[in-house]
Amino acid sequence: MTTLRDWLIDDSPASPMQARLGRFYRIFGALMHNPLAVVGAIIILVLVLTALFAPWIATHDPLRQALGERLLPPSAAHWMGTDELGRDIWSRVVYGARITLAIVTLVAVLAAPAGLVIGVAAGYFGGWVDRILMGITDIFLSLPKLILALAFVAALGPGIENAIIAIAITSWPGYARVARAETLTFKNSEFISAVRLLGASSLRVNLGHVLPLCTSSMIVRVTLDMAGIILTAAGLGFIGLGAQPPLPEWGAMISRGRSFILDQWWVATMPGFAIILVSLGFCFLGDGLRDVLDPKSGEQR
Amino acid sequence: MTALSLKNLDISYGDVQITHDVNLEIADGESFALVGESGSGKSTVLKAIAGLAPEWTGEINVFGKPRSHGIERAFSRQCQMVFQDPYGSLHPRKTVDATLGEALTIHGIGDRSARIEEVMASVGLDRKFRFRFPHQLSGGQRQRVAIARALMLKPKVLLLDEPTSALDVSVQAEILNLLKRLRQEQNLTFLMVTHNLPVVSFLCDRLAVMRQGRIVEVADVADLKRGDLKDPYSRELMHISAAHAN
Amino acid sequence: MNPLLEIENLRVTFPTPRGDLEVVRGLSFTLGRERLGIVGESGSGKSMTGRSILKLVRAPGRVTADRLTFDGIDLLTRSERQMRAIRGARISMVMQDPKFSLNPVMTIGEQIAEALLTHQRLPRREVNNRVFTMLESVRIADPERVAKLYPHEVSGGMGQRVMIAMMLIPEPDLLIADEPTSALDVSVQAQVLDIIDELVKRKGKGMGLIFISHDLNLVSSYCDRILVMNTGEVVEECKAGELMNATHPYTRGLIASIPRLDETRNELPVLDRSAWATK
Ligand SMILES: Nc1ncnc2c1ncn2[C@@H]1O[C@H](COP(=O)(O)OP(=O)(O)OP(=O)(O)O)[C@@H](O)[C@H]1O
Ligand SMILES: Nc1ncnc2c1ncn2[C@@H]1O[C@H](COP(=O)(O)OP(=O)(O)OP(=O)(O)O)[C@@H](O)[C@H]1O
Ligand SMILES: [Mg+2]
Ligand SMILES: [Mg+2]
Repeated sequence: MTTLRDWLIDDSPASPMQARLGRFYRIFGALMHNPLAVVGAIIILVLVLTALFAPWIATHDPLRQALGERLLPPSAAHWMGTDELGRDIWSRVVYGARITLAIVTLVAVLAAPAGLVIGVAAGYFGGWVDRILMGITDIFLSLPKLILALAFVAALGPGIENAIIAIAITSWPGYARVARAETLTFKNSEFISAVRLLGASSLRVNLGHVLPLCTSSMIVRVTLDMAGIILTAAGLGFIGLGAQPPLPEWGAMISRGRSFILDQWWVATMPGFAIILVSLGFCFLGDGLRDVLDPKSGEQR
Repeated sequence: MTALSLKNLDISYGDVQITHDVNLEIADGESFALVGESGSGKSTVLKAIAGLAPEWTGEINVFGKPRSHGIERAFSRQCQMVFQDPYGSLHPRKTVDATLGEALTIHGIGDRSARIEEVMASVGLDRKFRFRFPHQLSGGQRQRVAIARALMLKPKVLLLDEPTSALDVSVQAEILNLLKRLRQEQNLTFLMVTHNLPVVSFLCDRLAVMRQGRIVEVADVADLKRGDLKDPYSRELMHISAAHAN
Repeated sequence: MNPLLEIENLRVTFPTPRGDLEVVRGLSFTLGRERLGIVGESGSGKSMTGRSILKLVRAPGRVTADRLTFDGIDLLTRSERQMRAIRGARISMVMQDPKFSLNPVMTIGEQIAEALLTHQRLPRREVNNRVFTMLESVRIADPERVAKLYPHEVSGGMGQRVMIAMMLIPEPDLLIADEPTSALDVSVQAQVLDIIDELVKRKGKGMGLIFISHDLNLVSSYCDRILVMNTGEVVEECKAGELMNATHPYTRGLIASIPRLDETRNELPVLDRSAWATK
């Protein structure tokens, strides 16, 4: 164990692989010194594990209705009680983790790279490329996210896939802005001039040298945004335009529990609690990442 | 043979003309210094030669061939530049190996590992630095990496923009010794911008003094050593430098 | 009269994966309204000393000291908010790297105007004029043009002069200047140093100056007193004029490696660390 650690923090790595792993190890170590980030990371880890092992963690079939067991309060048999169709809320929350995780991953996979490429292109080339790309970005940014997502879902039709697409469409502009700002700070650096002098093409300069510098602020931004994405997805679910019944999506679950909020509080509260917990987890982790990946202090690692 | 010749060079950024009628002839193997007022356009001249300041009129010839306004690969192999700031001229997320290897990849040159180790050895960098990130290097080591990167393509001309002004005197001495040695070993031509006249006296054969975008005097370093400069502004620079030294 | 700045046993520590690394080790000095030069090789802790006076050492770095008082104020017990007030108005620092200290996406003029407006209320028209006079005062010939440029569009020396101009706006009691003139030609350098000098010598209440530099010649002709630092410690302290007669082998090594205007050596001597290293 100590030998692995020594290998990782070796000041004179012997291969690019070791250098890169060493860097990750240092970032990881710094992250682990931040208690809130650790809490955040644990929450996210629990979310991922729950999603992966949902069938083993859930105590019931999340979709099976048992009308005889409607609206039971939390008990040993039903840890979080049951809903108006007699389904076990704990099992539904557990399976809901899969949907939440799918939403955040898909949005991250769709929106972040799109925003990154658009932002870097706008920042690096400047001039009319910048004006056109940023004009479009600004139009998107000037509209409230949820409303815009609503409009897209309304046009595409309700459903979880369309909700994901809508959220992705509404989140790339934020990433494009971040990437552009980063690119502007780096594109005039001497190290970029130096690669250009070696004869590198614009494509190579951008993909190989500018883009990697934007990724850390991107990771931070995406992580911090996750909370908002989960809430938007829940919001869409809540008003019936996101996940459709009987899918155990947390927002939709709250929406249905709303009618019983006074007498059967657990129906709406349990999924709400899950949403808050996961959002907080992403926020904590994002804050911690921001501290360790801050491009200015990041040079030290 | 002339390595570098500039004729009636006027360089502009947008509407603003920075240099006026710059003429220089630098022989193959010569070490030439460009000194002068801050903001007078010294770095701009280097950038125009390198292709980073493309708005110029006049003539730039490198080994007799006229220079275009952009950056071409063939030119990259002839002429490279070392920047002033060793902290800003290395990519913070790339190891020394990646920084040096980039040139080879761009030009499709094989034998990567051997070439990198050879150049590192020639600038006096130990092999153990090969996979370090810039933040794990001192200022002097970074500047060695920057010089090594410039040497990767075996150029004949090196443009040096204040290569030692961010370094302490002891590291400066190391880098100056290194540059002197490399020039002898590889028959390099230097065009170096600096504010430090003693550095000129140590490393260069001739110097040009610039002020407000114009060259006011070209002289031999022997003249500088004897205190024999003609132009009033060059004399002023020389006298202040001499006053500091004692 | 109390000295302006008193430092006793200042230490700056960084945790690293291999244990703590002390980069400033037990530094003590007092400063009046005078010019103190700090020299030493790269990595000797000069910038960290300057930053720790302003409590600007970034986490995870830690600063400790037995005493750190500025004009009777105990800086060690000040909160971050109180420090901000002091930093803005009474102690200024010109950072080593102007390119990193200036905002790359704001013009020079906008940045100076912003600095002006945080210190005083001025009508809009007045602001522009003040910006131009400030640029002129640091010998920038065409202020109208330069005010409209972005930091990467000004020359290295202009960036340094802009930083100095901005730091002198609040007329601080203490100026920490970290390599402020390394990219200036000697003539402009002399003029800029004169401006700083005027503030040090101004009537009523002069300014204290900590001048961090690599340029031993410059420091010995410009400052009153000099500290020579090596690996976080002061190895020698002397009157500025006497630097060239320094006795410590480290200082002598540094002096020997400076090229001369009438240089004849074919190779410059570099520091031989084994000669004086104690560890
Ligand atoms: N990208 C740019 N756009 C507009 N003006 C520029 C740009 N780059 C440089 N300039 C201007 O060109 C002039 C000369 O700059 P240059 O960097 O060549 O000066 P220098 O002689 O190297 O000075 P220093 O010794 O301070 O580095 C300056 O007035 C500067 O403002
Ligand atoms: N975040 C950090 N983590 C670990 N060590 C650090 C960190 N920041 C600085 N150091 C170390 O602190 C030491 C002192 O640095 P400092 O910047 O004060 O040197 P300096 O004397 O100003 O050098 P220079 O003349 O090159 O500016 C250096 O050895 C540096 O490696
Ligand atoms: Mg310059
Ligand atoms: Mg420093």
